[in-house]
Amino acid sequence: MSELNALTISAARDKLRAKEITAVDLTNACLDAGGDALNVFAVRTPEIALAQARAADARIAAGDAPDMCGIPLGIKDLFCTKGVTSQAASKILTGFKPEYESTVTTQLWNAGAVMLGKLNMDEFAMGSSNETSTYGPAINPWRRKESNVDLTPGGSSGGSASAVAADLCLAATGTDTGGSIRQPAAFVGITGVKPTYGRVSRWGVIAFASSLDQAGPMTKSVRDAAIMLEAMSGHDAKDSTSAEFAVPNFEAALTGDIRGKKIGIPKEYRLDGMPDEIETLWAQGADMLRDAGAEIVDVTLPHTKYALPAYYVLAPAEASSNLARYDGVRYGYRAKLATGEGINEMYERTRAEGFGPEVQRRVMIGAYVLSAGFYDAYYRRAQRVRTLIKQDFDKVYASGVDALLTPATPSAAFGLGEMADADPVEMYLNDVFTVTVNLAGLPGVAVPAGVDAQGLPLALQLIGRPWEEGDMLNIAQVLEDAAGFVSKPAKWW
Amino acid sequence: MSIDKETARRAAHLARIAVPEDELEKLAGELSGILGFMEQLSEVDVEGVEPMTSVTPMRLKRRQDVVTDGDMPKKILSNAPDAREGFFAVPKVME
Repeated sequence: MSELNALTISAARDKLRAKEITAVDLTNACLDAGGDALNVFAVRTPEIALAQARAADARIAAGDAPDMCGIPLGIKDLFCTKGVTSQAASKILTGFKPEYESTVTTQLWNAGAVMLGKLNMDEFAMGSSNETSTYGPAINPWRRKESNVDLTPGGSSGGSASAVAADLCLAATGTDTGGSIRQPAAFVGITGVKPTYGRVSRWGVIAFASSLDQAGPMTKSVRDAAIMLEAMSGHDAKDSTSAEFAVPNFEAALTGDIRGKKIGIPKEYRLDGMPDEIETLWAQGADMLRDAGAEIVDVTLPHTKYALPAYYVLAPAEASSNLARYDGVRYGYRAKLATGEGINEMYERTRAEGFGPEVQRRVMIGAYVLSAGFYDAYYRRAQRVRTLIKQDFDKVYASGVDALLTPATPSAAFGLGEMADADPVEMYLNDVFTVTVNLAGLPGVAVPAGVDAQGLPLALQLIGRPWEEGDMLNIAQVLEDAAGFVSKPAKWW
Repeated sequence: MSIDKETARRAAHLARIAVPEDELEKLAGELSGILGFMEQLSEVDVEGVEPMTSVTPMRLKRRQDVVTDGDMPKKILSNAPDAREGFFAVPKVME
């Protein structure tokens, strides 16, 4: 495959700087890559892309070329982009064109990156299969062997995952509240990073659960993730939870040397009924790191089993508050009212018609657990359990462990519609290995490491120490090199 | 704990989401399932544990209480479903 759209960020950067290709060529290759059958784009922005590409070429010609200069990206629909519809894949934000640009995308455009369009996702990032989107689900470019059943790319950053895996862009932004970058990255065989809470500004990213949300890169390699994460990171006065730390050169941290690193294997992540293939992959991953000179140690995170129930109290509680702003007054959709109907009918019908079923459920659960009489029993208790979950990690890291190795997901990608009759709680189990990381505010990365018997990608997750994304990515790079995952989905779209 | 139709009605009202009468029973079932899942939290001994309010040990930042931005009513109203004379317009609130 020699098409330019199949390049990694690092390869494209080197070719752009060597003047072997232009940003306009690269952008055109992405614009011509098609992929409509995958339903990944909510909106395409070719005019913006070409204007940015021409500007990038001028910068490169002038010798001013940051790493991301001229790199065509897809942007999750959750990011506000000035003058370009930003709907969080919800009907309630129909036609919303922000008057402002999110900090993350501002930094990317300032670094010379190119926007190809906005990408499909689960509505308000609530979902693990992209099936709650008002645009209909994005489709995974991967298929099971000898099957033409459409599979989910995971969620909520499903469009970002599919777009990167199918080479419709070089990389994409995602956001991760309980696993929404790492689970889709795992389902399509790409790299996805959830940074430490506070590393990346949340300003201009449509809020789901503010104490858990972080944006991060979804890329074709660990090196690309390091490059793009650096461009997305940094203190922002407009986000009061953004950390005032200098951003390290993450790419420079990729030395490939992990001798003496201590990698923890948390025993609580060994689930009953977990597929053997995932168990095997996990053991192989540990062997790869051991072969590279790391020390593998067993560790315990005793409150792991309570992470999902705590998350499903806290995230809906925060969502019910954040989503209160969608009331039919300031932006987006407003229900048509009959004569004599007043403001309460406007609120209640706008939200009933504008929010999909999963968002409605979560907003109602959130309102319920925050209501008088239940606040202490649910919300406050969940906040205390969250403290215990974080303390579990603190203890492990205090014992000298550098990172933890776990599976990324409890299964490979499943078929679209296969979970339609399942209990909502069954869908929540997709996040079982990822959600602890959000609750503890830690960095995590999903790295593709193999395929299952059906030929679908499987991934491992590394969880790093707070603010040590560079060290975590260095270990991820070793895993990537040792696993040698280079498979691409056979093109059918 | 399982929640009944009346409690489901209350949750829907708190969330300002209209739910048709004939769907309340189903909603109560779904919400009960989710709350049942959360019940596991009651097994945890949280005696003396502080509720987490900030995941990173940072102090909430402060700044001078001054106007830093503003004077852009057109932009503020540009996405409103109904804006008139520089205001958001809503149905009559009081008789």
